[in-house]
Parts: sequence; C-alpha cells; structure tokens
Amino acid sequence: MDYVFDFSFLESFRSEIINGVRLTVMLTVVSILPGFALGTACAVGRLYGPRWLQTAVTIYVEAIRNTPLIIQVFWLFFGLTVLGARIGPFNAAVIALVINTGAYSAEIMRAGFQAIPKGQLEAANCLAMTRRQIFWNIQLPQAAELVYPALVSQFILMMLATSIMSQISVEELTGVGYQVQSITFRGFDVYLVIAVLYLALATMLRLCLHGAAQLAFTRLRKLRTPL
Amino acid sequence: MTVISMNSVHTPVAPQDGTQPMVSFRDVRKSFGALEVLKGIDLDVMPGQVAALIGRSGSGKSTALRCINGLEKINGGELTVCGRNLRARDFELRELRKEVGIVFQSYNLFPHLTVEQNVTLAPRKVNGLDAAESHALAAEVLEQVGLSDKASSYPEQLSGGQQQRVAIARSLAMRPKLMLFDEVTSALDPELTGEVLRVIGKLAAGGMTMVLVTHEMAFARQVADLVVYMHQGRVWEAGKGTMLDDPQTVELRQFVGSGL
Repeated sequence: MDYVFDFSFLESFRSEIINGVRLTVMLTVVSILPGFALGTACAVGRLYGPRWLQTAVTIYVEAIRNTPLIIQVFWLFFGLTVLGARIGPFNAAVIALVINTGAYSAEIMRAGFQAIPKGQLEAANCLAMTRRQIFWNIQLPQAAELVYPALVSQFILMMLATSIMSQISVEELTGVGYQVQSITFRGFDVYLVIAVLYLALATMLRLCLHGAAQLAFTRLRKLRTPL
Repeated sequence: MTVISMNSVHTPVAPQDGTQPMVSFRDVRKSFGALEVLKGIDLDVMPGQVAALIGRSGSGKSTALRCINGLEKINGGELTVCGRNLRARDFELRELRKEVGIVFQSYNLFPHLTVEQNVTLAPRKVNGLDAAESHALAAEVLEQVGLSDKASSYPEQLSGGQQQRVAIARSLAMRPKLMLFDEVTSALDPELTGEVLRVIGKLAAGGMTMVLVTHEMAFARQVADLVVYMHQGRVWEAGKGTMLDDPQTVELRQFVGSGL
C-alpha cells in the first residue's frame, strides 16, 4: 500500500466546500425548530385532540415513517412543480425536512407527555390553572426534558439526512463532494474530508443542543444531571 | 345561597346562628360504572371546622373528599362548597378551585421547578401576582410549613415529609377558604408523619376549615371537631372525637379495635 493522499482540492475548491458546509448548516438550523414545533403540536393533537385529529396525525406519522425521505423529497419537489408552485429546491428541501422531523419528533414527544405522572396534572388542575397554563408550564418543559436525548439523536439524524438534498440540486456538502470527486477523481480523499466535516458539524450541533438544554432545563444544570 | 333541590328528601341541618356550612352534602351519590361508591351522604362542615373522614379502604371516604373540589362528579344529591352548588348549570369549577386547596398522598409536586416556583406558579399564573408579590408570598407560606431554607431546592432533594409540606404550602399560597387532605401521611414513615401532622395541626389551630381523610386515629381524635366514620359508602357514625372512645355501632367498634 503506497497510496498518497492528495488534499490539494481543499485549496482549489475551497469556496465550493465552504458553500456546501453553509448550505448543510442552513438546512439543519432552519428545519430543527419548525420540525420540533410541528412534532410537538402533532403529539398534543394525537393525545388530546378530537378523534379526527388523532386519526389525521396517526396517518401523517405512519406515512412519513414508512417511506424513504428521498421519495418524500422527490414527491414534494416534483409534485409541487406539477401543481405549478415554484418554491425552489432549497425551500422544498426545508419543507421535506420539517415534515420528516415533525413525524419522528411527534412520536418522541408523545412518549414524553405520557411519561408525566397524572397526579401532577391533577394537582395543577386543582390549583385552578387552565389547560393552556398547564401545558406551557408543566407538560411541555418536562416532556422535552424527559425525551431530550432522543430528540438530540433525531436532530443529528436530520442533519445527516440533508445529504440527500443534492438529488434535487441543493448543493450541500455531499453534493459538493460529488462534484469535486467527479472533477479530481480523488473520491477516497474527497469523501474522507466530507466525512470529517460531517463529524465536525454533528459534534458542533450536539454541543449547541447541549448548551440549549443547559439554558432550558435549569434543574438539570443545577443538580448536574448528565444530559 | 344554598339551593336545595325540590326532590331532596333530606332536611338540611339548619345551622343555629345562620352561618352557611362551608361544605354541605345532601344525599350525595356517586357511582363508578355499576359500582355505587357513595350511597347517599349527608354531611355539613362549618367554617373553621376540621372534619376527619375515617373508615376502611373502599368505604368511600377518599371519593367523598374528591367530590368536594370536583375531582369526581357526583351522580345524585346536592353538594354545596363555599356557597357554590356543584351541580348548578352556571357552576364554574375553576372558580371553586381557587378557593379550595387539596393535598394528595403522593405530593404531586412539579419536579422541574424549585420549591419556591412550585409554590408560586399558580398564584402568578392564576391570580396574576408579580415577581415581588409572589416572592413574599412564598416566604410567608414556606415559613408556615417550616421550610424557609428550602426555597431554592428541588423536590427530589427533599425528604418525603418535606415534599408533603411543600405541597401544603403550595395549596396555602392560593389563600384557600377550605383545605382538603387526602391521606397525606400514608406514604410517610412515622417520624416524617409527625412533622406533616404538626403543620396540619397548626393550620387547624389557626382556624382553617379542613376536611381530611386519614388513618391517623389519634390525630383525628385530637384535631378534628367532627369525626365521620364511613362504611360501605355511607356516613355510619359521626360526632366529636370522643365518639371513638364509645362507638355506637359494631362496625366502628371493630374498626377502632383493629388498631387502624
């Protein structure tokens, strides 16, 4: 084995790679919060909503969880074009990611809401709190805290899943990698770099989410409970 | 005003001096499916009184207590609490609950909030207290239960007895007219039971109207103005604490004798 690595493409394709990283980060950052919000809303709808809403959420969640993300993206991107909507590949990618993450975090958050002892809700009711007050002050913070590790995994999976968006010409990191290797024919070197970049991005995302948890979950911070 | 339904066959016990009872059961019935748990309860608790509901498991005492603040809906009869008829068409459950505090066997504190936040959450959200007011309120009620030094602790850092005292403080912070205690010492060992009972005893001495379901017979005898022995969904015997020394019914005699 006398393979010689050649990373000179880092210099010649520098701006492309930086743009790729930026797009990957953008897709992730823009999709996480709406995806989480959609998932939380769906979890609430499925647990406490009227019958028709429970059914609708169940169908949505099952449809998304049982089909590949790339098919969802294609269907959305080409489907919307057929309908005459020109939303552009980036927007289509974000919408697909939000819908996808929403379905998965719906199930995660449902587990969180169900894990809260009923007695607490009874106590809150007996303190004359409204359903809305109970939801925002007691249910949501605790549910999110209980399932936070699962949410973090889901968000990192989502970030990695942005790699398929090059298929609809969103030139994120993976797309850029493909371009660079098709020009330089240094696939081994290029994808090693791409992989390291994903690793770095995922680590940074995890750190950011950890920081967010430190801010959001005061008790865990004060009692030094590991997240 | 207490509204007595026209078809009520029970004559309400008219208070001598014209004051209205804080809690008034008239032939109250409650079923869970086919199982009738309350088979016509009559009971008056006057302002300032302490009523202790005693009896075996399944006698209906906890259900009766839970009916008082609408945790269980009654199926028949009349129930009036703080002047509100719970079966009236315009009855507002939340308005009643602003005036009636309840403490549970399992504390039911909010684990993600500090002791002070537990105590002040409802006063801030429901009664609109600002930060300074709620801080002062927390200091006051935590002092009442002897936990001034625990304001910034989290529930999991406290003993069972301390958690239960926080639960009492949390109810007191709503400035209730009536306090309900549902077997609040059943999950505690004897030492911790003592500290919780002392707090309840102090409240009773301060004139708080209370209804408590308890297995602490000595405590019931000592603190309660009215001891109510329930058996098979009925008020079997009721009277002053001294009735426990001289039971009139076989069932109460057996119950007292069983050392519960």
